[in-house]
Amino acid sequence: MWQIFHKLGSPKWFFGISTRFMPWLLVGGIMLLLAGAVWGLAFAPKDYLQGNSYRIIYIHVPAAFLAQSVYIMMASAAIVTLVWRMKLADVFVKAVAPVGLVLTFLALFTGAVWGKPTWGTWWIWDARLTSMLILLFLYGGVIALDRAINDEKSAARAVAVLVLVGVVNIPIIKYSVEWWNTLHQPATFKLTEKPSMPAEMWVPLLLSVLGLYLVFGWLACVRMQTEILSREQRTRWVKEFVMKGRV
Amino acid sequence: MNAEARPAVRLASSSVGALAAMKGVFARDMKVAFRQRQDLLNPLLFFIMVVTLFPLGVSPEVSFLSEAGAGILWVAALLSVLLSLDHLFRHDFDDGTLEQLVLQPQPLFLLILAKTVAHWMLTGLPLVVLTPVLGVMVHLDGNSIAILCLTLLIGTPVLSLIGAIGAALTLGLRSAGVLLSLLIIPLYIPVLIFGTGTVAAAAEGAPVGAYLALMGAFLMLALTLAPFAAAAALRISLSNG
Amino acid sequence: MAFDSFSAFLTMEGHGPYVWACYAVFFVLLAAMMYWSLRARKTAMDACRRGYEFEADKSKVAAPAPAASFARVNVSQD
Repeated sequence: MWQIFHKLGSPKWFFGISTRFMPWLLVGGIMLLLAGAVWGLAFAPKDYLQGNSYRIIYIHVPAAFLAQSVYIMMASAAIVTLVWRMKLADVFVKAVAPVGLVLTFLALFTGAVWGKPTWGTWWIWDARLTSMLILLFLYGGVIALDRAINDEKSAARAVAVLVLVGVVNIPIIKYSVEWWNTLHQPATFKLTEKPSMPAEMWVPLLLSVLGLYLVFGWLACVRMQTEILSREQRTRWVKEFVMKGRV
Repeated sequence: MNAEARPAVRLASSSVGALAAMKGVFARDMKVAFRQRQDLLNPLLFFIMVVTLFPLGVSPEVSFLSEAGAGILWVAALLSVLLSLDHLFRHDFDDGTLEQLVLQPQPLFLLILAKTVAHWMLTGLPLVVLTPVLGVMVHLDGNSIAILCLTLLIGTPVLSLIGAIGAALTLGLRSAGVLLSLLIIPLYIPVLIFGTGTVAAAAEGAPVGAYLALMGAFLMLALTLAPFAAAAALRISLSNG
Repeated sequence: MAFDSFSAFLTMEGHGPYVWACYAVFFVLLAAMMYWSLRARKTAMDACRRGYEFEADKSKVAAPAPAASFARVNVSQD
């Protein structure tokens, strides 16, 4: 058990295994994402309340879903960084934070555009949109702190502390924003809350969520490899990989 | 800065109990602060000025001010606490006191808690004391002012505690001030929401006990977790060199 | 197919611009992120390779120092 754990932490082992899995992640992710999008755009039935604008769900929900779970993943990695000082964990946090930021932005953007035909305005201080905005701030803070500290090791550990403080706050922020929302505008029309969705509607959604997960996995691998390359330049296996193209 | 103005921390012995050490740190911080009184006044002046901007910039009408007043005062208080956070560790970091603190045998998180309490007494508490005056100026009624003071009394320690984490994380960085705000403001949002929400509920005549209890829960949570996070952050920043 | 014709598919009863704009921005940003990430990795690989080649050159050149060369003339500029 511990041996596997230590192996997991070795950049060399990660490099080998990720190189093997990446093509599958990429192909599978893009196929699923496109299948979900095409199905959702062209074949899923029209929503009786929102009309065709609801088709944005097939990208909005995956982006929002992933934006939140990326932060949770970062928090798990942060614990590993602080407790076991595993190299790969802080490489992960650093590599993935900008991806989380972009996904959060996408969730916000698609939410705002969806809001225009549904609510009649681009922006509404809806509980979900507002907590997404705060999540965007959290990601921004993590990236800013990482960029501001020059020393790699202390940057990783400082970022880990910040991510953990953030993750403790996320549920508090979520509930307080929801409470604040009901205080100010009782029972607005929710974008994604449906009493029950027929299968033709939620199956494509499931496909695109899975697809985006795989694409995210691929992105994380590429970005982690980049980070590892620049950190481990002095090791022999990186030299072999760069010069001969294999681990 | 002369040495006279900044007395050294004298507790470098494990025979000193943790409580005595906390008292020592607290007393020293108070003493240092009262030798540089301008630093104490600045956040208060800032608080008053920010509040003044709203009637000038938005509207001096009674109806607007009495409705938005609690929010304005809360935001202004939040910003002035944020402004003062930079001083929490900065001077001690510059003259090496902080490294001495980290090397003490007493647990670091307790010493940080003492520093944070001192920080709150020097910024948060004066803000609460000043609030009734400004509350009258933005036409809040007596009941609202009382509730507002109460929420600030519970809320500003939370601001100081969370802020201590940010101050510890950004210690010694180039643009620490802006970075500190970026990191900390999102974390302040729940306190702000409940602080102003409580006053709004009171204005509508709703019972506020539950809201105050929730804010108390925030305070307890921050009191138990924030010093640990700040201590961890401080060690990281100091090892950064 | 939920639509009668291709033009109906494009306009989506007036919701077309919103839906298509969302999908366009989503896929363009995603593709851009993937492209940038790949390029960053390539840049890192190139930097590594240059570093190794530089080191190899240095160890080669260092052994027999040329007595004179046309390429490099060391002239003090101070």
